[in-house]
Amino acid sequence: MGAVADAVLLAAVAVGSVRCARAMLHVSWPRRSPAAAILLWQAVGLAGGLAAVGALLAVGVSGEGPGTGVLGGLATLTRRLADGQPFAPHQPLVLAGVRLTSLVAGFALFTALCGVLVMAFADAVAARRRQRELLALLAHGDPKVPGALVVDYPAAAAYCLPGIRSQIVVSVGTLDLLAPAELTAVLAHERAHLRARHDLVLIPFTSLRRAAPRSGLIAQAYRTVALLVEMMADDRALRVRGLVARELATALLRFGTAAAGDAPAGALAVAEGELTARVSRLLSPPPPLSRAAQATVVLAAALLVAAPLLLLVAP
Amino acid sequence: MNRLGDLERAIMEVLWRTDSALTVRQVSNGLPQSLAHTTVMTVLDRLAKKGFARRERDGRAWRYRPAATREAYVAELMLTALAQTGDRDAALARFAQSVSGAEAEVLREALSGLEREHQESATEGDSGVGLWGQWPTRFFSPRSP
Repeated sequence: MGAVADAVLLAAVAVGSVRCARAMLHVSWPRRSPAAAILLWQAVGLAGGLAAVGALLAVGVSGEGPGTGVLGGLATLTRRLADGQPFAPHQPLVLAGVRLTSLVAGFALFTALCGVLVMAFADAVAARRRQRELLALLAHGDPKVPGALVVDYPAAAAYCLPGIRSQIVVSVGTLDLLAPAELTAVLAHERAHLRARHDLVLIPFTSLRRAAPRSGLIAQAYRTVALLVEMMADDRALRVRGLVARELATALLRFGTAAAGDAPAGALAVAEGELTARVSRLLSPPPPLSRAAQATVVLAAALLVAAPLLLLVAP
Repeated sequence: MNRLGDLERAIMEVLWRTDSALTVRQVSNGLPQSLAHTTVMTVLDRLAKKGFARRERDGRAWRYRPAATREAYVAELMLTALAQTGDRDAALARFAQSVSGAEAEVLREALSGLEREHQESATEGDSGVGLWGQWPTRFFSPRSP
């Protein structure tokens, strides 16, 4: 297949990924099986990125002769550059310019995507280190929340610090606010986050949001995936023996409404409805997707990632 | 909790307790257990390097004071945890974000509804289940905790 055909197909995959992401914002099945939905979201993101970079590179190497494919074209290009030939032979100047621009844009996009990912991760690691340093000086244990750190702070706060030395942190305000069974529910929820490394699931979306802070689609995608991650942790928490959905739900309700009024109103429009969605899902859980439907979602995710990869490698 | 961490914490407690800058000896005296002078000096040095303590020259000795109050550090810790903006989202996972306005009202009602339901089912359970089911609770009820 020619590089131009590759470029067209890769561009189609990129556009398809965006379409798919748009559609995923408005369907209701993801909250029935959050894990499968999150897998599909990851696939959409990865396929979109790969295809966009690939399409630009494909245009860039389209002058490298027939039948080489994108990666083959890049190899030819590298060899040619090593031989001291900056331009492919027999091509009009305008076309050479277009190809060069596209090539540079492809590499720039690739570098930018990897760069924001690394930066988001590094920032998260740094923020966690600072938290650990402060916790070492300030936090103490409490028999009400075995295994968690307690900070003397009146407002309700509960969170976990993922990582190799993971940590669950709870404020004194939370201990006062919640009943023992509800505290157990909170700890189970946070432990589910830590065990499944949900932070790594979210990192690509955090970094994309940093790369394009104005993009409404990316912001919405991030919120949707974040909510699905919370639902997944809720589900996992309920596997703890003796823990009832109602306790997790009342913990959420008490927690979410405790700080109401203190928080700035503008910031909250973002989170509107998420708590309600989690609570109503806990109290009247929707049936999970059937095995066949879940398998279809997984297959779709695999195909979505495989398509741009194949197009990049295929000669 | 590692030993070094415990020492740093104990020494910060001493520094936070007073308003004035302390010498290494004064810090040593303030500690619950007696430690070698050099140990205290090393830990104070570490705290200064991490930015938690500030060092100032006083003649031939160094004096140390906390870089910020305990409350300020707690506020920093919790501000990151409670932040509604997304910048630090990747660093930690919160249990729930707080809500306000109409949604909070609806959720509060849902909560009190759930509590009522629970109480009703609990009282039914007490009077109808198990060995004590037929016990005349109006006249005698086991001491409540």
